[in-house]
Amino acid sequence: MNAAIVVFFKEVLENLRDRRTVMNALLLGPLLGPLLFVGLTSLLITRELDRGEKPIEVSIVGVEHAPNLVQFLRQNGVKPKPAVDDPETRVRVQDEDMVLRIPADYAEAWNAGKTAQVELLFDSSQRDAASSVERLRGLVQAYSNQTGALRLLARGLSPAVATPVLVASRDQSTPQSRATLLFAMLPYFLILAGFMGGMYLAIDTTAGERERQSLEPLFANPVPRSRILAGKLAATFAFAMASLGLSLLAFGFAGRFIPVEKLGMVLDFGPHFAAVALLVMVPLVLLASCLQTLIAAFAKSYREAQTYLSLLLLVPMLPSAILAVLPLKAESWMFGVPLLSQHLIITRLVRAEIVTAQQLLLCLICGLVAAALVALVTTHVYKSEKLAISG
Amino acid sequence: MIEVDDLHKAFGAVKAVDGVSFAARDGEITGLLGPNGAGKTTTLRMLYTLMTPDRGAVRVDGLDAASQADAVRRRLGVLPDARGLYKRLTARENIEYFARLHGLDAQTMRSRCETLIQALEMQDIAARRSEGFSQGQRVKTAIARALVHDPRNIILDEPTNGLDVMATRAMRNFLRKLRDEGRCVLFSSHIMQEVAALCDRIVVIAKGRVVAQGTADELRAQTGEANLEDAFVHIIGSGEGLAA
Repeated sequence: MNAAIVVFFKEVLENLRDRRTVMNALLLGPLLGPLLFVGLTSLLITRELDRGEKPIEVSIVGVEHAPNLVQFLRQNGVKPKPAVDDPETRVRVQDEDMVLRIPADYAEAWNAGKTAQVELLFDSSQRDAASSVERLRGLVQAYSNQTGALRLLARGLSPAVATPVLVASRDQSTPQSRATLLFAMLPYFLILAGFMGGMYLAIDTTAGERERQSLEPLFANPVPRSRILAGKLAATFAFAMASLGLSLLAFGFAGRFIPVEKLGMVLDFGPHFAAVALLVMVPLVLLASCLQTLIAAFAKSYREAQTYLSLLLLVPMLPSAILAVLPLKAESWMFGVPLLSQHLIITRLVRAEIVTAQQLLLCLICGLVAAALVALVTTHVYKSEKLAISG
Repeated sequence: MIEVDDLHKAFGAVKAVDGVSFAARDGEITGLLGPNGAGKTTTLRMLYTLMTPDRGAVRVDGLDAASQADAVRRRLGVLPDARGLYKRLTARENIEYFARLHGLDAQTMRSRCETLIQALEMQDIAARRSEGFSQGQRVKTAIARALVHDPRNIILDEPTNGLDVMATRAMRNFLRKLRDEGRCVLFSSHIMQEVAALCDRIVVIAKGRVVAQGTADELRAQTGEANLEDAFVHIIGSGEGLAA
């Protein structure tokens, strides 16, 4: 039997017997992503739906000054609450999302045919209330337009006189494209599973083995170090892919519980998605395994390696974070950048959009080349004299 | 047969090994004696090709360690200074792992494992995971896995370190048995009594150099001291580091 295969099986067996590794790589890593994703998206969707349909509850100060306006609001889904004292403070401390104040001189101005003022108190830094504020503002504006039109008609003029230009909004976004944040998170969860799955093996097989002083006897065997490294990398890669596979299964299962159809979205976690996602992740997981082993080889102790590799877990968050904040248009070169390409392709897949063979090939080839380069560097480091010596 | 010719190894400005030459013959136990920090471990590490010498050559059964490292490692059984086991594997699995790395076939592996487990009297621990092994049990397992490929040459770095009296006695008998089978046994120690009790030939190392070599009688005659301990002190120049 080839020495690399011997090393591979021994590392797999040994790590399957380690409860912590199994918990992290095969349970926590793969399940964390899907659970978070399902939880967050369900929350997001439910709230989005609620907000559009729920009556707006708003405290109105001075209801008695404008009974017609209040009546109009009531008819259009506003539930007036009793007036509050010191509305400015109440809004600032977020007791109230917003307060509508009708001043005492409202009726006077109204009757005189002048522009009557109402005040809308809100906190624009509180994004949660933004849609309710917008709805209320729109309602008051609608009431104003309606009354204005009636007044013009009463004077024998066409309401069009007062509206020389009208903007007609035609929103071309789809529910899919609006849920950017949602989709930006998803690849990260998958990539995280791949990174976490191999992390403990990368540490255990290099820094851990040196700390336990078993690397020196291992290197006394008549096996080239590159073969030993190949076996260890293969074991790390296998655990990472297993973690990723379980994660994809969990997504497939959990995907059924996300009420996407209520928003008219498509979220495809089916077998096709899983198969292609697994394929595009191969180079990235390989790259991660090599990188993790390389970093663990430099660390002086198990703990040090753990610290570095935990920091490495944050790296795959970068494209997710950047694309969530400033959604870039996907250029073709981006499919040649490891991490970014996986991110783009997985996002496309889950939206049931088309991924071309060219994009797929570019992602696979560039990823494999990058992984091979890091593997070469790792092999070089593995040959160094200092690697085996613990004391 | 292990031949060492003018080995040098420096770590930065520190010359750990500064011209070491000796030969360890088949059917003999050769002891590498020296105080702590004399360069024994570094010398041995160059013998089993973990480190590359700055200068000098190592030959095992006539094979050059620099150009034929794999072949040399195949002829060596090594108990290094670091003798960590795999805690989540049983003693037998630990031994079998090294047997597989040596490319032994399944039948040879089984029979070699059985022989060694008998010879080292480790039947009671063979099926136990090595986590929680005593020092003696750990050394036995480490020796068994070092000898699983039936090597002609055996290198042991401080093999009795941390062992109690009974385990030390058992270890000495085991080494004598290896010698009587015609193998070349080379071990290092900083304990004079140990070397005196066991070795056919003694190589004394201090400050990275060989300061004397020969049988115990030759060393006594060379220094004109009747007592071996006095002879060592005479050779090294001080009693420092020669712990009893």
